[in-house]
Amino acid sequence: MSSQDIPEENLPAAQRGTHAPKPADDKNPFADPGLPPHEHRIQDIDERAAKRSERTVALLFTVSMLATIGFIASFVAIPHDKSIYVFPLGHINAMNLALGLTLGVALFTIGAGAVHWARTLMSDEEVADERHPIEASPEVRAKVHADFKQGAKESVIGRRKLIRNTMLGALTLVPLSGVVLLRDLGPLPGTKLRHTLWNKGKLLVNMNTNEPMRPSDIAVGSLTFAKPEGLDEHDHGFQNEIAKAALMLIRLEPEAIKDKRELEWSHEGIVAYSKICTHVGCPISLYEQQTHHALCPCHQSTFDLADGARVIFGPAGHALPQLRIGVNDEGYLEALSDFEEPVGPAFWERG
Amino acid sequence: MSTAANEAPRSRGKAPAGERVADWADGRLGIYSLAKANMRKIFPDHWSFMLGEICLYSFIIIILTGVYLTLFFHPSMNEVEYHGSYVPMQGQLMSEAYKSTLDISFDVRGGLLIRQIHHWAAIIFLAGMFVHMMRVFFTGAFRKPREINWLFGFLLFVLGMFTGFTGYSLPDDLLSGTGVRFTQGAILSVPIVGTYISMFLFGGEFPGTDFVARFYSIHILLLPGIMLGLVVGHLILVFYHKHTQFAGPGKTNKNVVGMPLLPVYMAKAGGFFFLVFGVIAAIAGIASVNPIWSIGPYRPDQVSTGAQPDWYMGFAEGLVRAMPGWEINFWGHTLVLGVFVPLVIFGLFLAIIALYPFIESWVTGDKREHHILDRPRNAPTRTAFGVAWVTAYMIMLIGGGNDIVATHFHLSINAVTWFVRIGFFAGPVIAFVITKRICLGLQRRDKEKVLHGRESGIIKRLPHGEFIEVHEPLSQEQLHTLTAHEQYKSAEIGPTVDENGVQRKVKRTDKLRAKLSKSYYGPESQIPKPTVEEYKEITSGHGHH
Amino acid sequence: MKKLSARRRHPLAALVVLLLALACTGGLYAAFAPADKAQADETAQSLAIDEGKKLYAVGCASCHGTGGQGTTDGPSLVGVGAAAVDFQVGTGRMPAQQPGPQVPRKKVIYSQAEIDQLAAYVASLGAGPAIPSEEKYGPEGADSAKGGELFRNNCAQCHNFTGKGGALTHGKYAPTLEDVDPKHIYEAMQTGPQNMPSFPDTTLSEQNKKDIIAYLDAVNSDDTVNPGGLSLGGLGPVSEGLFGWIFGLGGCIAVAVWVAARTAKAKKS
Repeated sequence: MSSQDIPEENLPAAQRGTHAPKPADDKNPFADPGLPPHEHRIQDIDERAAKRSERTVALLFTVSMLATIGFIASFVAIPHDKSIYVFPLGHINAMNLALGLTLGVALFTIGAGAVHWARTLMSDEEVADERHPIEASPEVRAKVHADFKQGAKESVIGRRKLIRNTMLGALTLVPLSGVVLLRDLGPLPGTKLRHTLWNKGKLLVNMNTNEPMRPSDIAVGSLTFAKPEGLDEHDHGFQNEIAKAALMLIRLEPEAIKDKRELEWSHEGIVAYSKICTHVGCPISLYEQQTHHALCPCHQSTFDLADGARVIFGPAGHALPQLRIGVNDEGYLEALSDFEEPVGPAFWERG
Repeated sequence: MSTAANEAPRSRGKAPAGERVADWADGRLGIYSLAKANMRKIFPDHWSFMLGEICLYSFIIIILTGVYLTLFFHPSMNEVEYHGSYVPMQGQLMSEAYKSTLDISFDVRGGLLIRQIHHWAAIIFLAGMFVHMMRVFFTGAFRKPREINWLFGFLLFVLGMFTGFTGYSLPDDLLSGTGVRFTQGAILSVPIVGTYISMFLFGGEFPGTDFVARFYSIHILLLPGIMLGLVVGHLILVFYHKHTQFAGPGKTNKNVVGMPLLPVYMAKAGGFFFLVFGVIAAIAGIASVNPIWSIGPYRPDQVSTGAQPDWYMGFAEGLVRAMPGWEINFWGHTLVLGVFVPLVIFGLFLAIIALYPFIESWVTGDKREHHILDRPRNAPTRTAFGVAWVTAYMIMLIGGGNDIVATHFHLSINAVTWFVRIGFFAGPVIAFVITKRICLGLQRRDKEKVLHGRESGIIKRLPHGEFIEVHEPLSQEQLHTLTAHEQYKSAEIGPTVDENGVQRKVKRTDKLRAKLSKSYYGPESQIPKPTVEEYKEITSGHGHH
Repeated sequence: MKKLSARRRHPLAALVVLLLALACTGGLYAAFAPADKAQADETAQSLAIDEGKKLYAVGCASCHGTGGQGTTDGPSLVGVGAAAVDFQVGTGRMPAQQPGPQVPRKKVIYSQAEIDQLAAYVASLGAGPAIPSEEKYGPEGADSAKGGELFRNNCAQCHNFTGKGGALTHGKYAPTLEDVDPKHIYEAMQTGPQNMPSFPDTTLSEQNKKDIIAYLDAVNSDDTVNPGGLSLGGLGPVSEGLFGWIFGLGGCIAVAVWVAARTAKAKKS
């Protein structure tokens, strides 16, 4: 679809462009009267005003020099950890303020001086400059086309099809080496996203106290974060593991639990949910103990922890995975298995 | 050009040595031919033409301060214990990246200032590009021959967003880490290849120990390199095309009216660099930005409420927050629409504005060069479309900060989210209709002014007791300025039967174009500008005018 | 009299009556409210409970039931402990003023002595956490850096990195922790007021709580240093973006207007 099909009369008349006054101008009140005559500024006609401008510009440049000296002095003299109280900024670092303001003034006054100079002392007569069409003249165009055809013909690329085709083939294939080289950027996904550190018998360890917990430690209405036993924040790979294994524990009255499976997987009303949002993986733990809702602070997905952690608002697509828990022989809370489904954001292979 | 008078005092102070150097360089570089074309190049003066300069200068400031920061920043995710001078972080485990950022902030003298200049300049750079782009859009400066430069600018904006995002993620603090986690979750949502891209980008599972180093080379090398090339291309094209100008006496499509580069524009533009730098330096001395020491090091199991990206990603954040949680499971696969749809909308929404110049030129079929800017009111449909786009953008910005909006205006976060969900669709429509009406109203007022003169505010009592307001006739300059714009007629499909009586098949694209053309230039979409005949009839009727 | 009856119909009359009634109530309350501090301090525990019971009957019973058993308007207070009372009444949240998504912090209307009496009475209804003594939340032996880590793990998700507060569902919110008495922060962690979950000592040890309070004192008090300058509310990128647009870009544009403006012309004489 080209725009040639548009009838010419739909386009506005050719632009008024030339300076040459049209013969009808005296009759056309809307005609372009041309550039208005230049008017002088005070500085152009009064030497005293020009002198004043000169002094202002020089003053601005001098202030800049002083500010630079101030910058260096502050850098040397102010202890870098000294804090001062400045209204209304509050308690702030003295050096940062001093350096920022002196540098700001030093730069600003250079600019202000230059602009004031340009505005008051340099000529302010407006000049018109002709424009020329961007596209080349028909002769140039014809010449370039002819040259190109000549060059193409001399290269015999049109006749020697074999050369052309093999060259295209070679050029198409060679970037593949670059693509292949990227292979070792990372491992293949495998089933990495499906497993966490949790498995049968792993004790639930309190994130705050680093101690395993008994059911009596978890009160109704409380919120506790847990990690699998043996995972220490000094461990290599701690970040990757905690990103999947982080757990939040709450206790509900067993009769308040609406979901049958949630009740089954709980222990005396204590339920353990993945702390990682199923939307894009923020740690979700804004637990409202009266409503039993957990809110994600990143995108406001809301989960009902009393009802299988199903999504009741926001962009998350599925419920938080629950960890099946019980107590071991010594009465400590333990996991009874890994999560039954992948934790965190959904992905194509999740199913 | 009347430059001889200006040349004289300038060259009087020049030592011959300078001339010899110039001659030497010309013999090797041919600088004189270059200077001949450009030294006295004319630039029109208007504040809105300097928005691009704000972007250019903040970009230069970002590069300068960024180079300084690389001298102290360690792009490593090795875990170390902190024992620097910030007390509430003593003994904490953190990555070297985070620790070196703390050191820049607390132990390198002036480091905090440079960090803050870098970050503030980035925020202003992106904001400046947004406003600059809107200036170009609403004045129609993107029309031929400047479509490619529009695309360059658009690419700069998009690359700027990602450069900003990667830089924001480098300190590996809790807030930016949350943003990276969001990015990783969004990548996972991509059908088929998402999991692989995520594994390759992060060198394994999230967060891994690679992403800071990888983002670092993207942030300081890859993206800024491309951007630098685009900026240079953008500027060369601005020089080559010569700047656009608003209609006015003496200003035509074939000339450009303003001040010469040397000396006025050089002093003004050069001075403006220092002014922008000064403003940003002062702001960096006064206001803190991204205080990572109070945010803490990143841990994937920790988070803070009010987790937002920097403003230019707020639009994407809003899309993600407003989207309902759709997810489809089939044949052992999951389609995560709740995350993937916003990702697609994000791309489409930006693409619309990038492609707009081509859509408009297709509708008008206009192949001429345009160097005179439109006043927004004289292109009502374009203006209304732009305002609708900005409205949707702003509504999504509100969505991106819905929690802050909720707490500061005592609203329910759920209500704010619903407002955003509805507003994203309803807002642009309402904005479109209102803007178009306002534009037409302004066109009518311009017409009134041309035909009846300016309201002077002087009330006169006529002999028979009637009060009238005296209207002053406009000068010819004003009359010309108000009537200089051109008005398109809407394109018709044309006769469907040719002269031989053969039915012509009307293509669907033709129909669409005719429809669009009507909505752009139909009688509902523009007020016919006053004609000379109308003017003469009215002025001669009044006699005394 | 005629005048008075005419004025009775004045639109503002109702307001005047209302103000008079309020003034009377307030005056009566001030006159009759038991406020003898010295006496309260010396009174034995049982006396405190008795006094508390009287205060309870006047200020609390209508919602929480005459014996603290709870009604549809307010939860049971059996077993909430003295700490909960000290927090709720000591921060002005109780007595509640009006229904809403959340009972806000407001001006405290009871003296500390009265609060202690109320607390003693409620504690007598069933065992619960006691009001913490000062060494539990004081700065001695606290590790603010460890507190920071604990804060980010347990608290920041609702209260923001440095305790500036944040939004919860349906108009509820986690309040700012600025200017909150360390004792009240301790009690809030222990008792979990309103929708906040509790963090009993088994979840968050006494030392943990002390560390958290020390961290808050370091990052969110009147003397906290914001090295970079204006903290912009400590809200992160939203307020930074607004500031950047208004003052950063706005400042640059204001300068651009000056640079591009025409210089004043000499007046034609």
